[in-house]
Amino acid sequence: MSSRILVVDDDSSLAEMLTIVLQGEGFDTTVVSDGADALPTVRESAPDLVLLDLMLPGMNGIDVCRAIRAESGVPVVMLTAKTDTVDIVLGLESGADDYIVKPFKPKELVARIRARLRQFPTEPSEQMQIGDVTIDVPAHQVRRGGSPIPLTPLEFDLLVALARKPRQVFTREVLLEQVWGYRHAADTRLVNVHVQRLRSKVEKDPEHPEVVLTVRGVGYKAGPP
Amino acid sequence: MADRVSGLRRRLELALAERVGAVRVLWRRSMQLRVVLSTVAMSSVVVLVLGLVLQTQIADRLLQGKQQAALVQADISRGNLERDLARVDPDRDGTQSTLDEALDRLTSSGAGSDSRDAGAFEAVLVAGTEPLGSTSTTGAAMPGQADPSSGPADVVPPQLRDPVLKGFLATKYVTVPAAGGAGVPALIVGQPVRTAGRNLQLYLIFPLSAEQRTLALIQSTLALAGLALLGLLAGISSIVTRQVVRPVRQAADVAERFADGHLDERMPVYGDDEVARLAESYNEMAASIQQQIHQLEEFGALQRRFTSDVSHELRTPLTTVRMAAEVLHDQAEDLDAVARRSAQLLVDELDRFESLLGDLLEISRLDAGVAELAVERVDLRDIVRRSAETVRHLVDATATPLLLDLTEPAEAEVDPRRVERILRNLLANALDHGESRPVEVRVAADEHAVAVVVRDHGIGLKPGEAGLVFNRFWRADPSRQRRSGGTGLGLAISLEDARLQGGWLQAWGETDHGSVFRLTLPRTAGDLLRTSPLPLIPVTGAPADAEPGIHEAAATTGTALPPPTGEIPATRAGDDEAGDGDGRDDTAGPDRPGAVSGRGEAW
Repeated sequence: MSSRILVVDDDSSLAEMLTIVLQGEGFDTTVVSDGADALPTVRESAPDLVLLDLMLPGMNGIDVCRAIRAESGVPVVMLTAKTDTVDIVLGLESGADDYIVKPFKPKELVARIRARLRQFPTEPSEQMQIGDVTIDVPAHQVRRGGSPIPLTPLEFDLLVALARKPRQVFTREVLLEQVWGYRHAADTRLVNVHVQRLRSKVEKDPEHPEVVLTVRGVGYKAGPP
Repeated sequence: MADRVSGLRRRLELALAERVGAVRVLWRRSMQLRVVLSTVAMSSVVVLVLGLVLQTQIADRLLQGKQQAALVQADISRGNLERDLARVDPDRDGTQSTLDEALDRLTSSGAGSDSRDAGAFEAVLVAGTEPLGSTSTTGAAMPGQADPSSGPADVVPPQLRDPVLKGFLATKYVTVPAAGGAGVPALIVGQPVRTAGRNLQLYLIFPLSAEQRTLALIQSTLALAGLALLGLLAGISSIVTRQVVRPVRQAADVAERFADGHLDERMPVYGDDEVARLAESYNEMAASIQQQIHQLEEFGALQRRFTSDVSHELRTPLTTVRMAAEVLHDQAEDLDAVARRSAQLLVDELDRFESLLGDLLEISRLDAGVAELAVERVDLRDIVRRSAETVRHLVDATATPLLLDLTEPAEAEVDPRRVERILRNLLANALDHGESRPVEVRVAADEHAVAVVVRDHGIGLKPGEAGLVFNRFWRADPSRQRRSGGTGLGLAISLEDARLQGGWLQAWGETDHGSVFRLTLPRTAGDLLRTSPLPLIPVTGAPADAEPGIHEAAATTGTALPPPTGEIPATRAGDDEAGDGDGRDDTAGPDRPGAVSGRGEAW
């Protein structure tokens, strides 16, 4: 079964070109040109991934991303022409899992999309514990004391990556490779923003994290079980 | 001893000069002090002159009145005497007593009746013609031995006796010795008195002590009044100047703050006077300047925004085109030869277009001063290795030996991304212009700075070109074939990148001897650079022999590169002192072709 990708882009040429390339790679694509239509389409068709252009008429791409993230954990990849830290971080904080800067090569885009659609290989009944947080990997569920914590697939992957090797310290570069699928060292801001998002959900007190610990000057590691 | 004296004198002179200097500074800086002092100086002259004139006038008047009164008194006294002595012959014996009696009467009556006009006086009655002082030391002459006289005759000067002997009335001012020793000024009126025998001489002596007292009183009053006047004038001028100076000082303060960048600073306007007009025109000027600065800022911001917007707006269509080109390129096998080559060209040129766009955006960011600096502590050698890897395709394409001398560790706080970009640009540039001769890279460090020198042995730079290489879109030789497809912005961006980190990027070149680019960066971010650990101008001419490809000198041998110092080639002997490793190439003059520092002066 081919993955379904929702392309949200007002530039019809680019949208068409994206469709051509993605279909050539075996994806199903739907195109929405107005940001305001994006959320209803996500509700309706439940795509496997959203490709979102940040410069949109009607509704700002950032707002669209926020609206989608409020209802769904569907992976969102931003297309942006701006490379300034402010713009990137703003996009990531609004809930995007990854971003890709225009102009990009088709192979690069496809690689990012595949990385986001990839599932962690799971073993049956794999259960992990960090502090009072329980991770049920096959069920894609995280609980604290019986009550589930809703995580996006990316946040879940990030937490699982850390939890599987409890004593290992992960550098940002390693996390980029394992969770995002980057071959080369890329933007470590991705990691920072998503660790913060993850903490805001799983930590009791995000100011004093117990689940995702910072190792100063190196990276992150999971807290003790 | 002499030394000590001269030393003391020098110190004294120094102290004096200091004091004088301080006063001069105060004089120069305070308008109020200047006005007050000049007012005081000028008015003292005026007061002095006025006082002198007044005093002279008053003294003249006093003496005139005294003289008139004295003359009247003298006339009366003569009348009385002539009446008394009408029948006395002075040449007979016994006249002395007669004279004394007459004089007694005269002075007592004079003191009684006329003292109000002419004041008290003494009278002298002389009979003879002999000089008075020589015959007698006392008031009265010895009877029988000299001419009889009565009263203090010795105070009468001889110059007065001559006209009186000749029968005239005469007056004279003299100083009469007084009891205290100091003389008392006096007026003497002399006249002949007719008797039965020969004429007598009557001298009336009017002491001027009362007039002197009056004059002294007037003098002291005048002096006091003058001093008071001067004090008042100084005060008044000080107050008046302050009234003028205070708004001027305020204006100066406001102008200073304005110059410091507080463009909203304005002068307060009170009333309608000249100062108010000054304030008004100043405020108008300030407003106009502020407006123009804002306009310029807006223009600058607009221009930068435009560059940035254009780069961003171009990205979306470029993405579409790029994807289309890649799709075509991926299906190249299905195309005929012409279409295949076209697709290849399309893809290649899109790469160039993209890097040009990226460079434009970067330089607009640098121009706008919004570039972000991400400083880390890194070893420059790692960045050199990474940069060398990124230009490997150029090394292979040009078959150039790229020799890396990375024997010295060079840790520094730099922005690795920017340094890598600089080095990539320098390497691509060297490979592009190196004519396949070896390109040498050397890293060195000292206490304060780290440096990377990239040297090629290619076409080099013509005199004067070293200053142009950092210009945007500048090309050494437009007709030359280019391999790296540079955008023409690479070195300009590199220069800005270096500046942003407080570093220098400098170029040197000589026709057919290749060129040298040196990047110097402070070891600690924010430090000021003074010297570079590596010389900009090379001391060896010939390139080392090496196979094409990237070679790194082993840390132990370090033989891949010629040593940093060595024999000075004959052609360049004599002007190479500055290039001997201290890095001070500010001396690069016209005799040193093309050595130019691409750094700003003021950091």
